Amino acid sequence: MIDLDFIIGHLNYWLFIVLMMTGLYIVVARGNLVKKIVGLNIFQTAVFMLYISIGKVTGGTAPIYPVDSQGHMQVDPSIIYSNPLPHVLILTAIVVGIATTSLALALTIRIREVYDTIEEEDILEIERKLSAEDNKIHGPAMGGRA
Amino acid sequence: MIETLINIILFAMLVLTALAVVRINHLFAVVMLSGVFSLLSALLFVTLDAVDVAFTEAAVGAGISTVLMLGTIALTARTQKKSTRSGMVPFIVVVVTGAALVYGTLDMPDFGDPNAPASLHVAPEYMIGSIKDIDVPNVVTSILASYRGYDTLGETAVVFTAGIGVLALLSGLSRRRREDEEEDV
Amino acid sequence: MHHHLILRVVTKMLVGAIILFAFYVQFHGDFSPGGGFQAGVIMAVAFILYGIVFGLNKVKQVFPPWLVHKMIALGVLLYAGTGVASLFLGYSFLDYDAFNPHHPSHGQHWGILAVELGVGITVTGVMVAIYYAFANRPPPMKDEDW
Repeated sequence: MIDLDFIIGHLNYWLFIVLMMTGLYIVVARGNLVKKIVGLNIFQTAVFMLYISIGKVTGGTAPIYPVDSQGHMQVDPSIIYSNPLPHVLILTAIVVGIATTSLALALTIRIREVYDTIEEEDILEIERKLSAEDNKIHGPAMGGRA
Repeated sequence: MIETLINIILFAMLVLTALAVVRINHLFAVVMLSGVFSLLSALLFVTLDAVDVAFTEAAVGAGISTVLMLGTIALTARTQKKSTRSGMVPFIVVVVTGAALVYGTLDMPDFGDPNAPASLHVAPEYMIGSIKDIDVPNVVTSILASYRGYDTLGETAVVFTAGIGVLALLSGLSRRRREDEEEDV
Repeated sequence: MHHHLILRVVTKMLVGAIILFAFYVQFHGDFSPGGGFQAGVIMAVAFILYGIVFGLNKVKQVFPPWLVHKMIALGVLLYAGTGVASLFLGYSFLDYDAFNPHHPSHGQHWGILAVELGVGITVTGVMVAIYYAFANRPPPMKDEDW
């Protein structure tokens, strides 16, 4: 089962999974909010690459019919075209990705204005101190230690 | 042969850029590297025959995304604080997730297989219909605007919502401006 | 930015070409890679470039914020309006055959044109609005204090 053809046929999926995991590592292991957003973008782009590579047909070309000088489409049955359906889905996904990235960046700006920092550990420290002070004033009715 | 070589070179540069983003502390360099990553992935999309997607990724990823991130780091921070926790636990999590994903791809069809299930059921109908019913040479546009036009309406609504969300977050007076006004009074 | 002579001259020459290219990409989406999203982003980039080099106040005179906000809603309205128009003509929602029942392919052309125009208008408005929102925030400290 594990022969050279199988490995060559699936190598592209595994390479894109390596890229995906690099992006995921940046999101999980780094504390800076802007870097997390960059890591999320890398993860998203690697997922798009994986998806587009499913639609590729060997020996194919871009799915656009050539148009001759009179404006009529030439349909040549011998030309192989790549599958256009994954391209449409990924076009939508790219635009949704930029929408979420811009919202995340706007949130980061607001966080910086309130907390004066964008490092995740410092923000958690400030939040812990604030809730500890609240607990001192209002007592265990707030639910105890946060 | 030359195409495989191009793919290998592009992929190696992508991996190097991603690893550099992991290690670098200067946020300006990180944002520029993310723009480089988007551009390289647009080139990879062209070798995978996805020209519409490459166009969109180059315009959106290497254009708008870089500008917005530069605007953000101008308003927030220039460098990243050095991390004190060890990266061992995230690394193990990432390796386990990667192994699970690789196990999932063992069933998938080979790269470039013309008989893959993705290319067999609906896609040939769309390719033929784009000539007969819709008369538009670019099949991706005909699917996007006509066959799957409802999804594109939802996508436009998502862009609309993102614009409204950013306006709602960032249109009010900032804390510093309010403090200045209180001092003047 | 008043001391960057090359940037100012090149921007003045390029902004017109960029807007023209955005129109080209918008209307040639049927024949070559392109369409509403790419055209909207390229048009927004022309205004953002002008704003970065010449200042936010000048670009706000050319493209005032009230116009940007109207454009964001106008695109979605145009898209949904095309769908509802085909409803009123007796066909299903977003069925472009309604626009020319004798030649359905001509109706499809009109429908795709209107829909892509709506998408392009919304994307332009949203990208320029996000840039205005980011650029309006006062910076936390002056450049020399970093």
